[in-house]
Amino acid sequence: MLELVVISTLNGVLYGMLLFLMASGLTVIFSMLGVLNFAHASFYMLGAFFGFQISRWFGFWPALIFAPLLAGAIGAAVERFGLRRVHRNGHVAELLFTFGLAFAIEEIVSIIWGKVPVDFRPPALLDFPAFTIFSTNYPAYKMFMLAISIVIFIGLLLVLKRTRIGLIVQAALTHPHMVGHLGHNVERIFMLVFGVGTALAAVAGVIAGPSLVTQSNMAAMLGPILFVVVVVGGLGSLPGAFIASLLIGLVQTFAVSVNGSLASVFGPLGPDLAQSWLSDIWNVTIAQIAPIMPYLLLVLILIFRPMGLLGTRET
Amino acid sequence: MKRLIAAMVIALPMFGSAALAQETVKIGYIDPLSGGGASVGEGGLKTFQYLADELNAKGGILGKKVEIVPLDNKTNPQESLIQAQKAIDSGVRYITQGNGSSVAGALADFVTKYNERNPGKEVLYFNYAAVDPVLTNEKCSFWHFRWDANSDIKMEALTNYMKDQPSIKKVYLINQDYSFGQSVRTTARAMLSKKRSDIQIVGDELHPLLKITDFAPYIAKIKASGADTVVTGNWGQDIALLLKAAADAGLKVSWYTYYAGGAGGPTAIKQTGLNHQVFQITEGFANVAHKESQDFEKAFRAKVDLSLWYPRAVNEMRMFAAAADKAKSVDPVKVAQALEGMKFEVFNGGQGEMRKDDHQFFQPIYVSSFGDIPAGQFDEEKTGWGWKQVAKIDTAQTMLPTTCKMDRP
Repeated sequence: MLELVVISTLNGVLYGMLLFLMASGLTVIFSMLGVLNFAHASFYMLGAFFGFQISRWFGFWPALIFAPLLAGAIGAAVERFGLRRVHRNGHVAELLFTFGLAFAIEEIVSIIWGKVPVDFRPPALLDFPAFTIFSTNYPAYKMFMLAISIVIFIGLLLVLKRTRIGLIVQAALTHPHMVGHLGHNVERIFMLVFGVGTALAAVAGVIAGPSLVTQSNMAAMLGPILFVVVVVGGLGSLPGAFIASLLIGLVQTFAVSVNGSLASVFGPLGPDLAQSWLSDIWNVTIAQIAPIMPYLLLVLILIFRPMGLLGTRET
Repeated sequence: MKRLIAAMVIALPMFGSAALAQETVKIGYIDPLSGGGASVGEGGLKTFQYLADELNAKGGILGKKVEIVPLDNKTNPQESLIQAQKAIDSGVRYITQGNGSSVAGALADFVTKYNERNPGKEVLYFNYAAVDPVLTNEKCSFWHFRWDANSDIKMEALTNYMKDQPSIKKVYLINQDYSFGQSVRTTARAMLSKKRSDIQIVGDELHPLLKITDFAPYIAKIKASGADTVVTGNWGQDIALLLKAAADAGLKVSWYTYYAGGAGGPTAIKQTGLNHQVFQITEGFANVAHKESQDFEKAFRAKVDLSLWYPRAVNEMRMFAAAADKAKSVDPVKVAQALEGMKFEVFNGGQGEMRKDDHQFFQPIYVSSFGDIPAGQFDEEKTGWGWKQVAKIDTAQTMLPTTCKMDRP
């Protein structure tokens, strides 16, 4: 039992930190620009595929640097030439634009790299078990993922809260004219923030690619859960996203390890129910519904605390 | 001769557009070409296209060119019906599908109803991989033919092998939560308890189909259960990710699988280091000692850059051509009648038979294990490891009874 608890905690934290890495860019863009980027997971996928391609040519470490730069540059270009024009037509147009962009990117990726998963592996340097706990190995690569996530979280917080850049960026959102009058180029700031946000997603892509699966549907698989993270954490709140990521990772992992169902808890009280039309609900185990737990959490949060765990803004 | 052909080509349009529409035999390939099943869907598509080319090089079916029409169903039954209708509207009279018994069930229903309402325009459904037994039992249909052994047949063979392995004591079942996965879990339970009552089932897991990105929590659970053996019917990314998570965590158990050989599976097994401890049950594999199939494998790999996952697809296409030859027609009703009870020398060698009672094809079945192989044999995914035969079950011993009561036209 202790073994399962310890290992599930570790697995949950690992998965949660990966979620955070992806959600951090999304929440940064939202808090700065007020744009909910539906194509965010697509930049995560672009990061993974660029990472795969560059690591083929030059090795993993250059890929970790250049793939996010490339994806970030594309993100900045999308803001400069697409989003900025669309922005004039309001939020709905923005949402639809990023929504369409997600499909376009998926199609392009599957044309270039095909639909079969590509063989993207962790670098040889990190391809060994870091430690063994209760005879379960933890690959060094997963520890590396964890470390990068923590470094990025702290780095982002420091930049936003403690530096001049962060100050200007935050001011540009609430008082764009004032910032403009002070001599800052507000439009360029927005473009850079969008670029950085998408680059963050791409970092997550390069890192998660070898550990999960790099294929053309990876964006569609993770897209919905990112919104859960951002909404549960509180729109625009970086620490909120951090907590929500961990929470979701842990909830999902622990739910998998619970075999209990209504029948096993209340079975003695209503033995006939097992055969009735309720039997499906009666017998389904927590483990079976584990993957929908985050969405349940989302619904509860929206009902009871619409601004999210740490959000300050009513939506 | 040339003149004759030229004259026929000129004369043909006079027979009306119906004759023209039958110039090519179109086969609608309805399988996932996007989403979590895309890796297997793409592999299947390339296989069928290769087989169509092979038939065309020999003059096609009754002189008609064979064309594969790819249709993406995203492993979704509803989407499959839309694609099937689209295919029929564009002149397809044969559809083939394999991935997902939920899809297969919907398609079989659809084709049966369509044929009732559209006499003279019948459509045949060739199933090359959906193995839910119900399709050739309660829900059997005259318009459905299955070339893969159904999951009961496979489980029968697999458990026959497992019962002689004294090292198996605690078994963990993990399967996808839909008709096929549930059928694997119930038959595995029933057959194991009948053949080896001392075996303990220490876990019985169902997880959502093609939706899990990280199997680490499931692996932790398997580990905690103390299992020494895992039985799984997982396919597509679900088997590759499951094995990958096991490799990461260093889980050392024996694996009894239906589809460990699919895309990504062999790479993951190599990472686990489980030399000849991952078993697969199939109707054939690359290293079966049979000259013709090995020559085919070599040519196939050279051209498509994939292993042949579907020897049954070869049987399907070749039998289709043979049935059309026998019926002297590509009319689906006549082809179906010719296929019934047809005996056929299968791709990996040995005699197979399309049973008339339920349209289930019976063929030799192999249990193979994955690990290091003698030099010169076929490896998988450039791992250096390949499949080795550990047991062969002859056609006669795979003949399970059926409950099918078929309505024939």
